[in-house]
Amino acid sequence: MKFKLHIWRQENARAKGHFETYDIDNISADCSFLEMLDQLNEKLINDHIAHPVCFDNDCREGICGMCGLYINGRPHGNDDGVTTCQLHMRHFKDGDEIWVEPWRAKAFPIIKDLVVDRTAFDKIIQAGGYISATTGGVPDANNILIPKHKADQSMDAAACIGCGACVAACKNASAMLFVGAKVSHLALLPQGRPEAQDRVRKMVCKMDELGFGSCTNTYACEAECPKQIKRQNIARLNRNWIGQMFGRDRNE
Amino acid sequence: MKLDSKIPEGPLSQKWTNYKAAQKLVNPANKRKLDIIVVGTGLAGASAAASLGALGFHVDIFCIQDSPRRAHSIAAQGGINAAKNYQNDGDSVERLFKDTIKGGDYRAREANVYRLAEVSGDIIDQCVAQGVPFARDYSGLLDNRSFGGAQVSRTFYARGQTGQQLLLGAYGALSREIARGTVVLHERHEMMDLVIKDGRARGIIVRNLVTGELERYAAHAVVVATGGYGNVYYLSTNAMNSNGSAAWVCHRRGAAFANPCYVQIHPTCIPVHGDYQSKLTLMSESLRNDGRIWVPKKKEDAEAIRRGEKSALDIAEEDRDYYLERRYPAFGNLVPRDVASRAAKERCDAGYGVGPTGLAVYLDFADAIKRLGRDVVEQKYGNLFQMYQKIVDVDPYEYPMMIYPAVHYTMGGLWVDYELQTTIPGLFAAGEANFSDHGANRLGASALMQGLADGYFVLPYTLQNYLADQIYVGKIKAEGPEFDEAEQAVRERLNGLMNISEQSGKSGFSVDHYHKALGRIMWEYCGMARSKESLATAAEKIAELEADFYQHVFIPGKSVEMNPELEKAYRLEDYFELARLIVADATQREESCGGHFRVEHQTEDGETLRDDDNFMFVAAWEYQGHDKPETMYKEELNYEHIQIVKRNYK
Repeated sequence: MKFKLHIWRQENARAKGHFETYDIDNISADCSFLEMLDQLNEKLINDHIAHPVCFDNDCREGICGMCGLYINGRPHGNDDGVTTCQLHMRHFKDGDEIWVEPWRAKAFPIIKDLVVDRTAFDKIIQAGGYISATTGGVPDANNILIPKHKADQSMDAAACIGCGACVAACKNASAMLFVGAKVSHLALLPQGRPEAQDRVRKMVCKMDELGFGSCTNTYACEAECPKQIKRQNIARLNRNWIGQMFGRDRNE
Repeated sequence: MKLDSKIPEGPLSQKWTNYKAAQKLVNPANKRKLDIIVVGTGLAGASAAASLGALGFHVDIFCIQDSPRRAHSIAAQGGINAAKNYQNDGDSVERLFKDTIKGGDYRAREANVYRLAEVSGDIIDQCVAQGVPFARDYSGLLDNRSFGGAQVSRTFYARGQTGQQLLLGAYGALSREIARGTVVLHERHEMMDLVIKDGRARGIIVRNLVTGELERYAAHAVVVATGGYGNVYYLSTNAMNSNGSAAWVCHRRGAAFANPCYVQIHPTCIPVHGDYQSKLTLMSESLRNDGRIWVPKKKEDAEAIRRGEKSALDIAEEDRDYYLERRYPAFGNLVPRDVASRAAKERCDAGYGVGPTGLAVYLDFADAIKRLGRDVVEQKYGNLFQMYQKIVDVDPYEYPMMIYPAVHYTMGGLWVDYELQTTIPGLFAAGEANFSDHGANRLGASALMQGLADGYFVLPYTLQNYLADQIYVGKIKAEGPEFDEAEQAVRERLNGLMNISEQSGKSGFSVDHYHKALGRIMWEYCGMARSKESLATAAEKIAELEADFYQHVFIPGKSVEMNPELEKAYRLEDYFELARLIVADATQREESCGGHFRVEHQTEDGETLRDDDNFMFVAAWEYQGHDKPETMYKEELNYEHIQIVKRNYK
């Protein structure tokens, strides 16, 4: 297959960025989008055309959350329920023009080319996205029963990989789906209840402080989430938020 | 070099208890005056840093990714073992210990493995308390599944994302300590060298991967938890950035490296499909609970499938060879990984392989779907099936999966004693980066167990024991001739690489070009089956390739900027040395055990043939310089508790 690629190039955080156009040929339909970029970089290096394109990636099996490209106007491209590393070229037509951009959000400043700084997500978690269980001195794992449906719902929310596609997809660059997923994961478990009110308050305040936008319930985040995290998690976050405002411990 | 394993006195089941009772402690007010460096934020690194921070020590933690949550532990799918015996099926600490020693083909240290089995239950308690959403049954109790090499169900799991959930638990605990200020996180920083002062590990030199600048950090002790070196084979199930360099620079500074030839080849991976391929994707071992592995019984069927004239569904039941069930009736499809991998290779080499390349076997769920229904199968393995379909574009509910073995895990690593301390005082190694618990082969769902055991329940004790008298030393500062020398050495090394590129110029090749070539040599001549001749060929070819690398590699850009090509280049430099050592270790080990299969040493029916009289030892290697062969030291393994038998899964 053959493609014309328009790729965002930017030297560093302060430099002005621009699109650069590259042609690439002999791409197998079975190769992944990142493997296609590998081949482009190999060509740029071996033919001394330009410096290779920088992009974040690691596990290449859709679980680490490190990769994330805005491809033809969609985070992680045009296949549903996959990260960029699992997007395969068979989802494109031979001869397609492809536009590749980094995540665009105030809270995710660009570092270089397609690499952005997502440490804001870590800071939100550090604000309270955990259960304070110091190592040792905890009860036996089967002492507290957890109804299967609660454990399953919690797992659904916990599947978030923290890639930032929800923020990139949102016209307001809101992180509500990311925060809602973590709040839900922990609030649905009995172990997470004691800190639930505090947690939601601290995480939401930190999210606002870091420059993420507000949620206007358009759910582009849900549509683009590679792990198909549900919008219900945002609703659960809101219920927990309102609960903490009135000092009530509400789960459902 | 003296190898003192420091195994405590007393009967096996009392050793850890005795150790803890006798270890030295640090008073709470002094803990915050003691600094610890942890490199790596996977299960071992994150859990160690979180636990040490919670105790009150001051910890600096480093990772090469943009967030601690990206560490490759996140990709572990199937589960984590623990001797809870929740299923009442006869499990116990003793049983888990025995299975692990046997699984490792009697090449692991008894005392370490027993301790691992002993703390395994605590790990599950800890994870549940942190909010890890393990699978539960309808009563609300925890559910279990089986993994290879065990006849009990002791594996806890969170769908097909167990590693992710355990890592997020440890990441949460780590984040809490970062918020409390006991741990300081340095993301996008790579360890480049170890600094030794007065014979003790006292700091590290790191490269800021965003700016390319070198930075130095000092501490009373250093923990390396940077995973394995499987990417020496280029194609593996490891993440792209997983590398052996942090452990290797410690080795260069004098830490012994043990059993490098023990490399685990995982039987169930998606087969290779093209030259451009960057990595291999694992399909969890848990699939072997319900999936049946087979190839056609008749060669002509296999050939027809390879030509695309027949499909798996055209092969009648009686024409299918369920070779694992045939060869190993007692364990069937759940034999350990090394056994399953070799069996797949044997069938494919004999001409029964399927897929376009003939290097694949079927993993079939038709029976499970018939027995349990599609819904149940989907609930158990849904995300794995989806992953398979996205990559291969074939529906595994309709058509059997195709799988083939691939490099997955490295049992070898930095040599450590019972305290997880390397041969350099003050330098500790945890998780896959050390060699300690898995012998010559690791059982499924035991990597997560070991990483978390080391971090949550071993290092907080043993590090404290080491640090107890360090309070008299006072604050360690990142200055002095040792730090200057180490930083200068790193700078020269980076400049050296950039200089080759200036000279090679337009005729140069990319780093990946060399890495792929190295991977092919290692896979072909030092992979699933090794012989004296193939290893000699490997050594020759590696030397040729390495010489060419130092003349013709081309790295664009500068060293003081974000430069992924330069990162790949210095990691590959280390892989060259590591590859040579793997080959040397495989050559000296004139026996077959676990993941190390020497074709000269096999039984009549193709099973591994150990030589306990001559090779029941850990091979610990000492670095002698870039161009010199390394020196081997032996740590004899003494089995006092377990009875050594032939490893038999029939």
